[in-house]
Amino acid sequence: MATEAHAEGATGYIIHHLTSLTVGEGFWALNLDTLFFSAVLGGLFVWFFKMAADKATAGVPGLVQNFVEMLIEFVDTQVKDSFHGKNKLIAPLALTIFCWVFLWNFMDLFPVDILPLIGSLMGIEYLRVVPSTDLNATFAMSISVFCLIIFYSIKVKGPWGFAKELMFQPFGPWLLPFNLLLKLVEEIAKPISLALRLFGNLYAGELIFILIALLPCYLQPVLSFPWAIFHILIITLQAFIFMVLTIVYLSMAHEDH
Amino acid sequence: MSINATLIGQMITFALLVWFTMKYIWPPLFDSLEERKKKIADGLAAAEKGQEAMQLAEKKAKGVLKEAKEQSSEIVNLAQKRANELVEASKETAKKEGERLILVAKAQIEQEKQQAKESLRKEVSALALRAAEQILSAEIDKTKHQDLLSKISNQLG
Repeated sequence: MATEAHAEGATGYIIHHLTSLTVGEGFWALNLDTLFFSAVLGGLFVWFFKMAADKATAGVPGLVQNFVEMLIEFVDTQVKDSFHGKNKLIAPLALTIFCWVFLWNFMDLFPVDILPLIGSLMGIEYLRVVPSTDLNATFAMSISVFCLIIFYSIKVKGPWGFAKELMFQPFGPWLLPFNLLLKLVEEIAKPISLALRLFGNLYAGELIFILIALLPCYLQPVLSFPWAIFHILIITLQAFIFMVLTIVYLSMAHEDH
Repeated sequence: MSINATLIGQMITFALLVWFTMKYIWPPLFDSLEERKKKIADGLAAAEKGQEAMQLAEKKAKGVLKEAKEQSSEIVNLAQKRANELVEASKETAKKEGERLILVAKAQIEQEKQQAKESLRKEVSALALRAAEQILSAEIDKTKHQDLLSKISNQLG
């Protein structure tokens, strides 16, 4: 990729924007920009909520507490709607996913050139500021969720129960190989669809911002303003979808057929 | 663009964030929400109770007021009755007294009439006797006809 990035003109501009700041080679390479921005955003989320949690009272809530409680209630309603078991992990997990993904996506609303420009002033050549346009970030989250799905499936149904579900459903024991194949595809499709949906939406959104940035400057506001407004909807919606699907998948893992 | 070790780093960050949220963020916020919910519910229940108590007190007050009204009207009635009775009674006594006075007066009149009659009769008899005496004095010897005279005087008296 590094060689492509030296290409000139529009292609070069686009490729430059979509190239991560990496160290290392091959699989052990690390996308420093993704790691950095997602950690900073995660820290922001945790700091803000911890501040509210420390000051939380049952009395009249302040502005911060009100906002945080609104989010908590929103997530709690979503969890209660689809998950009927008892699990202390799911609601905090859903809250973390929603806020973190939202903050990732929110980076998309910064003008595409600002942060890379600051980066280049500091001597950083490549900078991708939106973690959700990095497959590593979305897959890390969806694979974590997938591990939790498998973990809770085995924990709730027992290893044999989970295996039985994989082998004998939905068509009964006589079509065992077919059932197994179907079930495996179904399970594996979960993390892949979760990760690719988020990645695809945000990558496309970012790409369109970059393309708008290539247009003459008098056209840019006309296009990027409506797209940014529309994007506010998309980034929230994608965070919401990721959260709700996680809740639904985990509640399916808890259900015994 | 390719999958690399960033994935692992991201998973670690994610796990840390979830752990932190689960341990330090969700419980206090959720508890405060639940507590406030309970507080509000308690407050509403208390308000309802208070309203109920107020209604009960109002009812009670109405009852007491009604009773008092009834009692007072009873007392007024009783007093009126008693006053009527008193008036009647005094009328009765006045009437009786009047009648009695009339009777007494009548009796006195009768008595006086009787007395007047008696004295008149005595006077008439005395006059008659004197007249007879004068008539008879010429002819009748007082001593001789003493018996006769006293007999007549007795008859007249």
